[in-house]
Amino acid sequence: MLTMVFKRMLVAVPSLIGVVIVTFLLTRALPGDPAAYFAGPAATQEAIEQIRVKLGLDQPLIVQFGRYVSDLAQGDLGSSLTTGQLVGKEIKARLPASAELTLLGLFVSMLIAIPLGILAATRPGSLIDHACRVMATAGVSLPVFFTGLILVYVFYYLLGWAPAPLGRLDVFFSPPPQVTGFYLIDSLIAGNFELFVASLKQLILPAATLAIFSLAPIARMTRASMLAVLASDFVRTARACGLAPYTVIITYAFRNAMIPVVTTLGMVFSFLLGANVLVEKVFAWPGIGSFAVEALIASDFAPLQGFVLTMAIMYVALNLIIDILYGLIDPRVRLEA
Amino acid sequence: MTDIAATPRRPFSGIAALLRHGRYVIGENRVTGFAFGLFVVIVLAAVLGPYIVPYDPLASNTASALKPPSAAHWFGTDQLGRDVFSRVVVATRLDFFIAVASVVLVFLMGGLAGVAAGFFGGWTDRIVGRLADTIMAFPLFVLAMGIVAALGNTVQNIILATAIVNFPLYARTARAQANVLREAGFVQAARLSGNGEMRILLAQVLPNIMPIMIVQMSLTMGYAILNAAGLSFIGLGVRPPTAEWGIMVAEGAAFMVSGEWWIAFFPGLALMIAVFCFNLLGDGLRDIVDPQRRT
Repeated sequence: MLTMVFKRMLVAVPSLIGVVIVTFLLTRALPGDPAAYFAGPAATQEAIEQIRVKLGLDQPLIVQFGRYVSDLAQGDLGSSLTTGQLVGKEIKARLPASAELTLLGLFVSMLIAIPLGILAATRPGSLIDHACRVMATAGVSLPVFFTGLILVYVFYYLLGWAPAPLGRLDVFFSPPPQVTGFYLIDSLIAGNFELFVASLKQLILPAATLAIFSLAPIARMTRASMLAVLASDFVRTARACGLAPYTVIITYAFRNAMIPVVTTLGMVFSFLLGANVLVEKVFAWPGIGSFAVEALIASDFAPLQGFVLTMAIMYVALNLIIDILYGLIDPRVRLEA
Repeated sequence: MTDIAATPRRPFSGIAALLRHGRYVIGENRVTGFAFGLFVVIVLAAVLGPYIVPYDPLASNTASALKPPSAAHWFGTDQLGRDVFSRVVVATRLDFFIAVASVVLVFLMGGLAGVAAGFFGGWTDRIVGRLADTIMAFPLFVLAMGIVAALGNTVQNIILATAIVNFPLYARTARAQANVLREAGFVQAARLSGNGEMRILLAQVLPNIMPIMIVQMSLTMGYAILNAAGLSFIGLGVRPPTAEWGIMVAEGAAFMVSGEWWIAFFPGLALMIAVFCFNLLGDGLRDIVDPQRRT
């Protein structure tokens, strides 16, 4: 088992190297002279020259890359032009907000999509099967920012059930003392139930937006893999032995059908991390996505680069975790490795 | 008619055969037929849009700002009094162009690289594979954001970024297909009759993987439109006052909380219908070309 984990980690190394190279090249691809760019439009020739030396841009590309990597190894992602804040610090402070939102969205989506996929697979051609298929096609066609806005209009403006889409907490509340950075968990630790409800209310709409978005691929994959498993020999045998349909579906088929679904989660995460940026903009969510969007509007490249790098590293790590989970769920994978 | 009677083996030729086949394909699956109808509407809007809309999409008229949908303004007016209907229709051309251009570009990059990788193997395969893996290591939308921000905020770069993030998908599909065809009988026959490897690749292998690639292109069209609209929603690429669906939704977003729903709703709806149409069309085409992958 440990050998397998180790081997998987080795496979992630080239991806990480690729990610670092690409983010490095992205800065060098900035239009025009990066030094002039970082110095701002009002800078003199001298100031530009100074910045060029300070940024190490007078060095050959390979030296610049070495410097970039050593900065990274020390956790230095540069600092923002507009606020002067360290990018690494800012991202670290904002990451829990994004993580709480994304994970809750994914959790809600799995809670709905997996049972739906199973129901659709066990009753092919039924109403629920058609509903599942229509939803899967419609779900991938919905622009995530559009879904979010519609939810805001219906549940905030028309029905008044949801609070204004303005961040993680209503202005009347102050955030709970930080333990995990997740307001839902921190407020419970602090024993402040009122705060828990308040932060949950803020979370519901953005999390629902992400859930609707990721529902489609998970439901579709669950249905397809469940159909394949239900047609296999061991399920037929289990049925022939007279096991109850419930036992066959849950104990035998479901556990085997989950293997491809776990693999799809990697792709779902790729979409979710991107969709997260759009959802954060719609709901003024103070996560790393809106941090990147603010930097974009101000043409501030260092935060954006830090954001792309953080997202990519997280994504590589997630894929690694999924790979390892895969080995835990399916012993055959462990044997092959 | 007499011609047809005289040659019963080939009753139709040229355009007639194409039309007949098209009708057969559409008649086979009503959903695909519906999607095809939608597709025709979208193409018409893209081509004729600016000539048929009732108002100038850029002309502001503050006297009639923020008016709800009415007989004069079917989709209402925005904060500057511009007619939302005209803007939604005119925007079709730009969004459609971005999608088509990025899909063609990614076919030229990813499709050709993938075919070469599958056909030649060895180093070509390793380099293309490594490139695709590196791109896949990023969440795709995030990478597209980074590319557009780094290369500059233009429509061309949106197209390029959308193409790059789709590269692995095309490269892998093309590679898998070419790998199978590498030792096929007709390829060996071409080799035996003295064709060069490059010629075999372009004249024998490439045409044979085209059906799959065309399906791939129509399936990614929807994603390309969503990606481009998402980028312009966060302020990349298309600049106001240009009419584009993503940016129109972004402009209308602020008014959603005060109840002026139509400014963001109609462009969003147009976007959704376009993506839905491309996805259905892609699914339908795949069912025809590759029935085994039907889900």
